Amino acid sequence: MIETSGTGTIYIVAIMVIITLATRWGGVYFMSVTPINYRVRQFIQAMSASVLVALIAPMAITGDHGARIALLATAVIIFLTQKPLPAITAGIVAAALTRQFVY
Amino acid sequence: MAEANTQLHRLDGSLIWSGFKALIPISFFVTFFGIAFGLTAKQAGLSDTLVVSMSALVFSGYAQFALIDLWGPSIPLLPMILTALAINARHFLMGATLYPWLRHHTPAKQYGVMTVASDANWALSLNAFNRGQPGLGILLGGGIAIWVFWTLGTWLGVHFGNAIASPRLLGLDMVMGCFLLAMVMSGQRDRSALIIWTTAAASSLLAYRYMPANSHVIIGTITGGVAGMFTGRTTDD
Repeated sequence: MIETSGTGTIYIVAIMVIITLATRWGGVYFMSVTPINYRVRQFIQAMSASVLVALIAPMAITGDHGARIALLATAVIIFLTQKPLPAITAGIVAAALTRQFVY
Repeated sequence: MAEANTQLHRLDGSLIWSGFKALIPISFFVTFFGIAFGLTAKQAGLSDTLVVSMSALVFSGYAQFALIDLWGPSIPLLPMILTALAINARHFLMGATLYPWLRHHTPAKQYGVMTVASDANWALSLNAFNRGQPGLGILLGGGIAIWVFWTLGTWLGVHFGNAIASPRLLGLDMVMGCFLLAMVMSGQRDRSALIIWTTAAASSLLAYRYMPANSHVIIGTITGGVAGMFTGRTTDD
């Protein structure tokens, strides 16, 4: 556990900086030493989508109706148009409308 | 053709500037994402300086949101590190996919350019290379644009976010969820992607319900990744 007051916050930011830099630089460094093999590439690629799904899934289950309708609206628009910006906008508008008018 | 290919890796002021301009439309949206982060972080009890400096130094939106999710009087160190690693693992791929062009430069330049790598500028940069155009200007210039607007948005959210009486009623708490979902679904969409998503979602929910707190992200990520080793294919085949 790390305290979120005083110097603790400096450690937290420092750790986060080190992790993001290590991942931003790691791919280049690794490739300069040895090419990444196919299985590892598959794992990382699947993992990069999975982490987002794993973050969202509990939101859909534990969230209110507004949250669920927002995610549904985003999914439908992105599926139909492939355009992220309209999809995200639709999701936020859907959440706002649901919460203003439904309850 | 070989002649043209040797020029693709080039990086100069005008390429960086046009890369900066190319990412301005997306950066407009990044500003809103930054505002949402500034607002969320402030509501979680973080100080103004801490929030803005975190955005400027860490520059990783999803990881920062996930960190705020864990925020309390203290933070469990291991879940914090593992979640940040899992979320940022895609950066690893970004560097690897751009290596064929980066390798023509000095290590200082390679790592310097990668410091501002994020989803949008990396994707556009790789697109440019695949079309036979120079892409490193988009990576660097575009990355700088995203960084500027991300930090600016965070600052706006911290200082003016409170002007919004109820962010929840405006749906602003859903910015991250909708953004992440849009990112997932605008990538690869086929049977193997569906299997990976389902595996990740199901295991994340099971872990959320039955496993220790904060383990669901890691568990969902790893099971999804393993599923990908059997069903997945990489986009650059």
